[in-house]
Amino acid sequence: MDHGIETTIIVNGTATTRRIAPRTHLIDFLREELGLTGSHIGCEHGVCGACTVRVDGRIVRGCLMLAVQANGCKVDTIEGLSDSGELAPLQRAFHEHNALQCGFCTPGMLLAAQDLLHHKPQANREEIRTHLSGNYCRCTGYHAIVDAVEEVLASRRAGAAK
Amino acid sequence: MNARAELPLHAPNTKTDRGYIGKSEPRPNAKRLLQGRGTYVDDLRFPRLAHVVFFRSPYAHARIKRLDLSKAASQPGVVAVFDGRAVARYCTPWVGVLGHLNGIKSPPQHAIAIERACWQGEAVAAIVAESRTQAEDALQHVEAEWEELPVVTDMEAALAGEPVIHPDLGDNICFSRELVTPGFDDVWKTADLVVEETFEFGRHTGVCLEGRSILADYNVAEHTLTVYHSTQAPHMMQDIFSRHLDIPESNVRVICKDVGGSFGIKVHVYPDEMATAAISVMLRRPVKFVADRLESFLTDIHAREHKATVRLACTKEGDILAFDLDDLTAIGPYSVYPRTSGIEGNQVVNLTGGPYKHQQYRAKLNVVFTNKNVTCQYRAVGHPIAVALTEGIVDLAAQKLGMDPAEFRRRNLIADDAYPYTFPSGIKFEKLSHHQCLDKLLALMDYKGLRAEQAALRKKGVYRGIGLAAMIEVTNPSPAFYGVGGARISAQDGATLRLDPTGMINVLCSVTEQGQGTEGIFAQIAASVLGVTMDRVRLLTGDTGVTPYGGGTWASRGAGIGGEAVLQAGKALRSNILDVAAAILNEDKALLDIVNNEVIDKLTRASKLTLTELGRIAYFRPDTLPMKFQSELTVTRHYTPREYGFVFTNGIQASLVEVDIETGFVKLLKHWCVEDCGTVINPMLVDEQIRGGIVQGIGAALFEECLYSAEGQLMNGSMADYLVPMAGEMPDIVVGHVETPTKTSELGAKGAGEAGTAGAPGAVSNAINDALAPLNARVTAQPFTPERILQALGKA
Repeated sequence: MDHGIETTIIVNGTATTRRIAPRTHLIDFLREELGLTGSHIGCEHGVCGACTVRVDGRIVRGCLMLAVQANGCKVDTIEGLSDSGELAPLQRAFHEHNALQCGFCTPGMLLAAQDLLHHKPQANREEIRTHLSGNYCRCTGYHAIVDAVEEVLASRRAGAAK
Repeated sequence: MNARAELPLHAPNTKTDRGYIGKSEPRPNAKRLLQGRGTYVDDLRFPRLAHVVFFRSPYAHARIKRLDLSKAASQPGVVAVFDGRAVARYCTPWVGVLGHLNGIKSPPQHAIAIERACWQGEAVAAIVAESRTQAEDALQHVEAEWEELPVVTDMEAALAGEPVIHPDLGDNICFSRELVTPGFDDVWKTADLVVEETFEFGRHTGVCLEGRSILADYNVAEHTLTVYHSTQAPHMMQDIFSRHLDIPESNVRVICKDVGGSFGIKVHVYPDEMATAAISVMLRRPVKFVADRLESFLTDIHAREHKATVRLACTKEGDILAFDLDDLTAIGPYSVYPRTSGIEGNQVVNLTGGPYKHQQYRAKLNVVFTNKNVTCQYRAVGHPIAVALTEGIVDLAAQKLGMDPAEFRRRNLIADDAYPYTFPSGIKFEKLSHHQCLDKLLALMDYKGLRAEQAALRKKGVYRGIGLAAMIEVTNPSPAFYGVGGARISAQDGATLRLDPTGMINVLCSVTEQGQGTEGIFAQIAASVLGVTMDRVRLLTGDTGVTPYGGGTWASRGAGIGGEAVLQAGKALRSNILDVAAAILNEDKALLDIVNNEVIDKLTRASKLTLTELGRIAYFRPDTLPMKFQSELTVTRHYTPREYGFVFTNGIQASLVEVDIETGFVKLLKHWCVEDCGTVINPMLVDEQIRGGIVQGIGAALFEECLYSAEGQLMNGSMADYLVPMAGEMPDIVVGHVETPTKTSELGAKGAGEAGTAGAPGAVSNAINDALAPLNARVTAQPFTPERILQALGKA
């Protein structure tokens, strides 16, 4: 658009400066402008969680935030968090438990699960379910996702106890 | 592990080496999805890609008086605008009927409506622009004037023809069917008890997280069309694009990369997708359409709007004598092409009463047109209705007789030694295991313990309910499903296996991957049959330009049909590899075997030759082999199920719920399923299919409904208003298996993809009614919302 606002966002560790139309959602900017297509668009009204990304350490819905609002922020996506290895334990557990089918919700689900590891390391099965309730999965029935997250939490607690 | 399986796999409990078959191997192709590195259609980037959006009817039934696209055409970035007539010059209309559904009728349907829209959301114009944003901006400048026409949304009004939507058809009846077994009336008269109930089922939809997506790329120089499509049936779509766009079949290539959920939603012909392909031809450039969430709710096929009265006749001892069904279902204004919208109702007629041994059956079905979105085949097609009707009325009969519902089922389920068996509706069962499944389920859930707990809690004012639902499921369909009716939908599938020079195995299969794990199980089968480790196998599916021809993914057919094709190709390739080995080693082929990526001496088990070395010689030094020897390290085999119309599976589910009688909320405490899909290739994947299916069935039972106003306006077209199950409200789900391999194939696998969805609504329904029974309340209309439960309790 003509009236772009110069915006600098640190995306997956790299400062990126673009003129961005104010109405552009963060998820559209990431996907269309930067080609980071790992975060998906499921509903565009903040319900399904497929577009979940991390902004300054907090998970947000990429469809409910404007890209210009992220000016000066650190934005982490599934691509960056995969490359950094931060998600590796969850990714391994999801793989081993088959906690995904079509994979469309998976990047958002992993970010929400990683958020749980940070903020609720003692979470039980029911709390895992509650924490992930903002991320819809239409394929798995959730059971295997809960199994995978539970396993990572347990192994972290066992590691911390040593 | 000895990686090679001995065939056939018909003896699951013997010590036959089964290789990877039966092992919970993680899916190799899941790794890219876990890193966000899959490729869904909307992830593709093309030069000169144009984006199409659609102007859709705001009315359920209206004549287009004036449609002015000129202002939209002059907006920034707009490439072209088209109405229905313009697109119709490139894309011929279609009619969704099948020859074996006697009397089914439907009017011609265009890619973009001409003159009249028949449901809210039907596309009436297309706007193409350089970006989607520009196309959506321009959409606001379409000017349309409408003349509203009378709307029919109620099924019974539709049946009565008030008014008739398509005057040329004479009435609103798309399809009807009646069936009665000889002797029905005589047996019915002898009944000691007849129970009757009318059940209603809300319309719902698949809600794939990835909306329908298509990118069509027409190359005028070659007159070729390449379509990247989020679909379950690439070859079916190739045929359809070819015929309706008048492009030779071999010039059309359909590529199906990652698919973000399908569940039957993405196996149909959608007008806006056909329009997208036509517009690519018209504009001679790539064009993309991705449905947004509102469009998905308005235009993805809906399913299951039924109102059915079912009656059951039995003796006072508890023997079921007969079922009597009268089903009415509404499908929107068109029967969907090419599978038709008559199949779901037809399945309800075929399957109602399915697990039981009564000999008499009468059924009546009416499938009617209405001015709502179209309905068609969604996961488990008809089964959730048939199971909920059957199991609901079975529970009611048991209650009236004062019998325990599990014992009543045990008395009436078809005996495990009664096969092959022909059911009164005419369907044939090869071999089912109802009693083994029932016994296993009751043990798994501790049925007696739960009943005791339930009774104790009732005294404390806690209302828990236990619901059972036995089921049968159509899987591995033969050409009897669609082909015999004239649909160009393949019932056979093919697999090509190739040994590459480094000893890797390349598998190409016509069954597609939608996340269910097709590629993973095909790798397991190929590795097991050949005698290689799974890391040596690579899969490619979903490309009509590359794979053998086949039907794709629907009706729980991928493992049973595609898997057998892989198995047969694996056997042939193994034989050919041993021919090459015998030539290289100058030894008797019969004395050689392949185990763990090596050719070995069968007797001494000594390694003779690695497959890597065999590949090198076969491809690069064939001069060292005997003069007349030609290696054949690529083979293709196909498989078609023929002996039975369908290879039925069976199973039984149980639901434990607690109903809050003050609020009407239902808490799901636990769910169990024991099912028999024959040979289990990968238990982890099968369990996940079952669980995912159960949760979709629970969604139907408790939450999901496409709500329409009397004017035909969809009132809950957002994810905030249309509720799907979330992690927090779903129970843990325990899955058990009985394995009765089908003898129709060497693999022995039946389908598993739909059993969960088939049985869950019936189980939950029975559990809720069991909880409400002490209060003399019953619910019969799905979804069982708190409001409906409170109404049943006389509190709302």
